[in-house]
Amino acid sequence: MDLNIIWFILITVLFTGFFILEGFDYGVGMMMFGRPKNERSQFVRAIGPVWDGNEVWMITAGGALFAAFPHVYATMFSTFYLALFLMLLALIMRGVAFELRGKFKTSDWVNFWDCGIMFGSFVPALLWGVAVTNLLRGVAINYQMHYVGTFLDLLNPCAIVGGIFFVFLFAFHGANFLLIKIADEKLLNELQKLSFRLGLNTIFAFVLFGLAAAHDTDILAKISTVIFLGLSIAALIASCAGAKAGNGCKAFLSSTLAVAFLTIGFFNALFPRLMVSSLSPNLSLDIYNAASTPHTLTLMTIAALIFVPIVLCYQFWTYRVFRARVTPQDVNYH
Amino acid sequence: MDALILSRLQFAITTIYHFLFVPVTLGLSIFVALLETWYINSNSYEERVKLKKLVKFFGTIFLINFAMGVVTGIVQEFHFGMNWSEYARFMGDIFGAPLALEALTAFFIESTFIGLWIFGWDKLSEKVHCLCIWIVAFGSNLSAFWILVANSFMQHPVGYAIENGRAVMTDFAQLVTNPYVVGQYSHAFFAGITTGGFLVIVVSAWKIATDEVSREMFVKTIRRAVLYTLVGICGVMGSGHMHAQYLAQANPMKLASFEALWETENPAPFAVVADINQEARRNDFEILIPNMFSFMVHNSFDGEVKGINDLQREAVEKYGSGYYIPNDVRGMFWSFRAMIGVGGLMLLIVLVTGCLVFFKRNEIREHLCCLKLMPLLLPLPFIANSVGWYIAEAGRQPWIVVGLQKTAVAVSPNLSANEVWLTLIGFTAIYLFLAVLAVFAAVMFIRRTKITEEV
Repeated sequence: MDLNIIWFILITVLFTGFFILEGFDYGVGMMMFGRPKNERSQFVRAIGPVWDGNEVWMITAGGALFAAFPHVYATMFSTFYLALFLMLLALIMRGVAFELRGKFKTSDWVNFWDCGIMFGSFVPALLWGVAVTNLLRGVAINYQMHYVGTFLDLLNPCAIVGGIFFVFLFAFHGANFLLIKIADEKLLNELQKLSFRLGLNTIFAFVLFGLAAAHDTDILAKISTVIFLGLSIAALIASCAGAKAGNGCKAFLSSTLAVAFLTIGFFNALFPRLMVSSLSPNLSLDIYNAASTPHTLTLMTIAALIFVPIVLCYQFWTYRVFRARVTPQDVNYH
Repeated sequence: MDALILSRLQFAITTIYHFLFVPVTLGLSIFVALLETWYINSNSYEERVKLKKLVKFFGTIFLINFAMGVVTGIVQEFHFGMNWSEYARFMGDIFGAPLALEALTAFFIESTFIGLWIFGWDKLSEKVHCLCIWIVAFGSNLSAFWILVANSFMQHPVGYAIENGRAVMTDFAQLVTNPYVVGQYSHAFFAGITTGGFLVIVVSAWKIATDEVSREMFVKTIRRAVLYTLVGICGVMGSGHMHAQYLAQANPMKLASFEALWETENPAPFAVVADINQEARRNDFEILIPNMFSFMVHNSFDGEVKGINDLQREAVEKYGSGYYIPNDVRGMFWSFRAMIGVGGLMLLIVLVTGCLVFFKRNEIREHLCCLKLMPLLLPLPFIANSVGWYIAEAGRQPWIVVGLQKTAVAVSPNLSANEVWLTLIGFTAIYLFLAVLAVFAAVMFIRRTKITEEV
């Protein structure tokens, strides 16, 4: 196994971590829609201690892409220019909103920032779905690795279905996270029903996405990818069953697995490519023509092998410290 | 305006905006950590109650600032790919590594332990909780180190080779121990201490003047902040001086530009003011202190300092025909003077404040008016930080990586001016909007919070 393959795996690991952790953060943010203020406060409190650390998975995935596959970083970020602009606006609003929403107790102030959190969670979820689908489907990359299409090319039906699928998936995943974090029985009952319904919708969106992707991409070309996607659907079904039965742990762990299998499936379908060119298969960016030198890859491999486990340790510890469920009293106090 | 100039403008606005918050994070995190260490080591019950409130008080200001810094930092990381894709391609092998290491070794601990610190008051032991803020402070400053390693390469490339038209890393150790990092990092670190400390001075002064019940505790913080800021200012001045001397070897064009020295001179005079004529490549009018520039560079009143015109000729010999002079010598010249002037003014203000709070403590009541006006001085460190970065980055032009790649060829080729206009306006609007709300929230919080014994 050469360094380029190791780095493809590490990028997959980072994106898997990102989609699992930020997935439920985005989901919790979206779950705030239409909820009364005290419930929204409990939701925010549930992810309050961890969302910032979770977001760094995205930053690290971006940084690692830059270090290991600079051409992918360059082409991908300039291709998705306007989409990333929207995503950044959303993430800026969301990040500041978490900090400022509690600074005044007035309804207008809190409502405003909660809109920021909902918008800031929905938009990235949608756009990541659109982006990932486009990576698979292929974008117009020319021989200089420059994107020669337009913004509207990125909003093709298949990518939009992918975006909607991600929104449902993350909302469902977030709802499941709340099932293990909320203490209030009455609210928990409502969330269980909601989670179950979201789960069914997610499975439906998955199937729809699978059909669109089968038509537009080569996602089903590898049998291994089909297995990963199958496992992902199975995990979603298990998660739905968990939500229905009121077993929050089962629901959340299963949706975590579903997100993980899905991400692995995506990258497996891409391998050894990272960005598909729709102009010609020869123009796709892969782990060899887009990579850094062996020197840099070796250095980054050592760094990743040392620091990723350390990060996992202290983040795991953080989740343990904040393992208690959030009660309505918690949010009055903070 | 084309996509290139708009992208530059957008990057400049984002960087300057981001760096309004970064120095506060660097300096205030350490100050809050010191304050909490004081709190856990205090034995008097009364003092502990008040100290805990103080930690939370400055901690809250820190957190508002921290959030603003984090979200704009993400924009920075994305910009390299979004607007500067050809730069990212050319430099990715080298530049990506410190960026990824920053995320992996610094930003992760910062962001995780800040969550533990905010929500961990009742869940962690006092010592572990205090350790969390120290880890945050360490992470923030380590993060700044990695970013400045990356930036220093752009200013002064080391440990690289050019292969197939791309810069590739040959020696990571050289990249990290780039002598340019020493000057830049120490200057930025002490600027952080200064900015954080000055903020505490200003806030404390205002609370002393306007909030009688909390006065006693803020007299304590202002005294500590005065000492803290003095350390910062001395460090900034020392590291700045050292770095300018180093620039004479590492990047003489930048040095000559912010001093507007057009011809090589021995001994070289220091221009206090100058009417710079960039087209004619000379100063139409100047007031000079003879020998002074030589002294600043060589610690002796004699010694040659190279001028812009000679350096331009040297650059043409080395890189082929082209214009290698930073295109805003006037702006750099005045920015440098603004930075030095503001630094000196801050030193004076801190010394005067120090005299008041240390030696005339009993007469503080007679000076409440002055203290009340101190918030008007708060922009000073932020001005100095911004113009400082302006000099550093404008002085690198026309290069994006000195000697290796020009800014003009680094921009993403697929962007249209309209697209960049849209994002430029969008980012600027949200920055302004959020700045207003964040400052409003911070000011209201500072106003209403009382530091008393009541639990």
